[in-house]
Amino acid sequence: MSNPTTLFDKVWDAHVVRKIEDGPDVLFIDRHFIHEVTSPVAFLGLESRGIGVLYPERTFATADHNTPTINQHLPVADPLSANQLAALEKNSAKYNISHWGLGHQKNGIVHVVGPENGITLPGMTIVCGDSHTSTHGAFGAIAFGIGTSEVEMVLASQCIMQPKPKKMRISVNGTLQKGVVAKDVVLYIISQISASGATGYFIEFAGDVFRNLSMEGRMTVCNMSIEMGARGGMVAPDEKTLAYIEGREQAPKGDAWDKAVAYWQTLKTDDGAVFDLEYVYDAANIEPQITYGTNPGLGTGITNHIPTASQVLDGAASYAKSLSYMGFAENDSIIGKPIDYVFLGSCTNGRIEDFRAFASIVKGRKKADNVTAWLVPGSHIVEAQIKEEGILDILTDAGFQLRQPGCSACLAMNDDKIPAGKYAVSTSNRNFEGRQGPGARTLLASPLVAAAAAVTGVVTDPRELIAE
Amino acid sequence: MAYDKFTILKSSAVPMPIENVDTDQIIPARFLKATERKGFGDNLFRDWRYNADGTPKEDFILNNPIYSGKILVGGKNFGSGSSREHAAWAIYDYGFRCVVSSFFADIFKNNSLNIGILPVQVSPEFLDKIFLAIEADPKAELEVNLPEQTITIVPTGEQESFAINGYKKHNMTNGFDDIDYLRSLKEDIAVFEAARPY
Repeated sequence: MSNPTTLFDKVWDAHVVRKIEDGPDVLFIDRHFIHEVTSPVAFLGLESRGIGVLYPERTFATADHNTPTINQHLPVADPLSANQLAALEKNSAKYNISHWGLGHQKNGIVHVVGPENGITLPGMTIVCGDSHTSTHGAFGAIAFGIGTSEVEMVLASQCIMQPKPKKMRISVNGTLQKGVVAKDVVLYIISQISASGATGYFIEFAGDVFRNLSMEGRMTVCNMSIEMGARGGMVAPDEKTLAYIEGREQAPKGDAWDKAVAYWQTLKTDDGAVFDLEYVYDAANIEPQITYGTNPGLGTGITNHIPTASQVLDGAASYAKSLSYMGFAENDSIIGKPIDYVFLGSCTNGRIEDFRAFASIVKGRKKADNVTAWLVPGSHIVEAQIKEEGILDILTDAGFQLRQPGCSACLAMNDDKIPAGKYAVSTSNRNFEGRQGPGARTLLASPLVAAAAAVTGVVTDPRELIAE
Repeated sequence: MAYDKFTILKSSAVPMPIENVDTDQIIPARFLKATERKGFGDNLFRDWRYNADGTPKEDFILNNPIYSGKILVGGKNFGSGSSREHAAWAIYDYGFRCVVSSFFADIFKNNSLNIGILPVQVSPEFLDKIFLAIEADPKAELEVNLPEQTITIVPTGEQESFAINGYKKHNMTNGFDDIDYLRSLKEDIAVFEAARPY
């Protein structure tokens, strides 16, 4: 019997092509996703070296970061965005890479379309020039974001040079309260360990709460691993994982499926395996969360007041800068803060379950007059499901409109920018200064909190609006 | 792509004692639309550096002519957030070759090493000493010695060692990048690839 081993070690060690003494590992990459923003310079690099793409069938391209979310049938108005989209199309065609561009029925946010088409599988290594690649860890994959030089490396060699991160396990045990969802769990963890608390680590999320979360919920949690500084986060595959994957377009079929399942069942941390750092939390302590500052670690329970400088992990000067940007003060109540915008979407919360949750609150209510709401599905498949399930009717009756898929206001590269000084309750992943537009002020929260804000016009505890 | 060799860098430094400087501040997303690696330095720290009308914000450090040099000194958790290598490109294009902090975000650190910017991680105490030295004299120089893996505050002589793995150190001192090495492993990679289940 070999030593007890972690899930992370099992997957990592199975991908090491070569170990370099006093250097990084050469890690084989099973799946590589590319998008229009971080890939063009990598392709230029290949050209100037005079080399090609080594295994083009292992790379998948989708356009998402700067695509418009209305009138996608029209030419993209911004010439720079149009140029990037054209470059992705041209490079994909030149190197025989599968490309789901704007208008393609499978198009959507890279971290939504990978899993929903069965491209993401347990035990894989997955990279993309986007930090939220950690999302795919929900399937028991090692998935992480990379820079453009590394995109070029993967295109050129299907490998990447990476020092092996340390291992952290975060367990959340017990049962979540009513109105508390995956987003609240991850925002709570980040508020406890700070926006840099997991830097240098790869996380395994364990315990009852993650076992009981849906695959969508697990993706939300793993997605935000990077917001605590981690390279990535993962959840061991189980029956829910298999049920999600089975039958998806690119998932293994027949004998290949049986063989894959037999392997995936070995992908769990052995009893007695050692982590470099462990945190354990009690689900009963988690209420709906919201952020009030300019990094994702500055969040708290929605009924709390804004902490004083001595109560947070950030330095006093940085904290004061953060609150000043937000127009907030220590000890302010967060409940009741007026808001201007609501953004439902992104690779964090742009999946069908998020739209179901949003609809469960707005059903039978009306959008507040002072609120502009942008509801952006993560993909065309999610968009179709919203229509099939009757969610669109609920949203329309409540005064909301549905936009077309893309990253949208999460990073505001397209026209979906929150105006300077305005407050947005957003289901996305970052509340940095100017993230959602120059001067925009972002409060990160779950789809339930976003819905409660959308119908009341102020920050509201969603538990007050949930039908018994 | 080969880049400039990095051995010893002696320069004055620009102090930025702010924690959690994220890559959205270093280069906002709306400036990521280029398809070539050109001109990113103009938009380095765009929204901290310029007003909405394009006029410089006078209280921002990069707009203060007293401070200059090839070394940027930041507060803890420098480079957090997005994986955009454009952040490292912007820092490089502006003219910095080294960033000093007490703590770096992982992806930013990798991106910097991959394009020839040396990230030097020092202790929080040493970082404070650097800020104090620059406060006392904005022209105070730092000497970063990669072969010796040391950083020295020139006017006070205070020195600290920093860590870097041997492989990356070799690449930086010679101006090599990873891709030539990886392409030399093509046969090993082919064997590995053929054995993957999917």
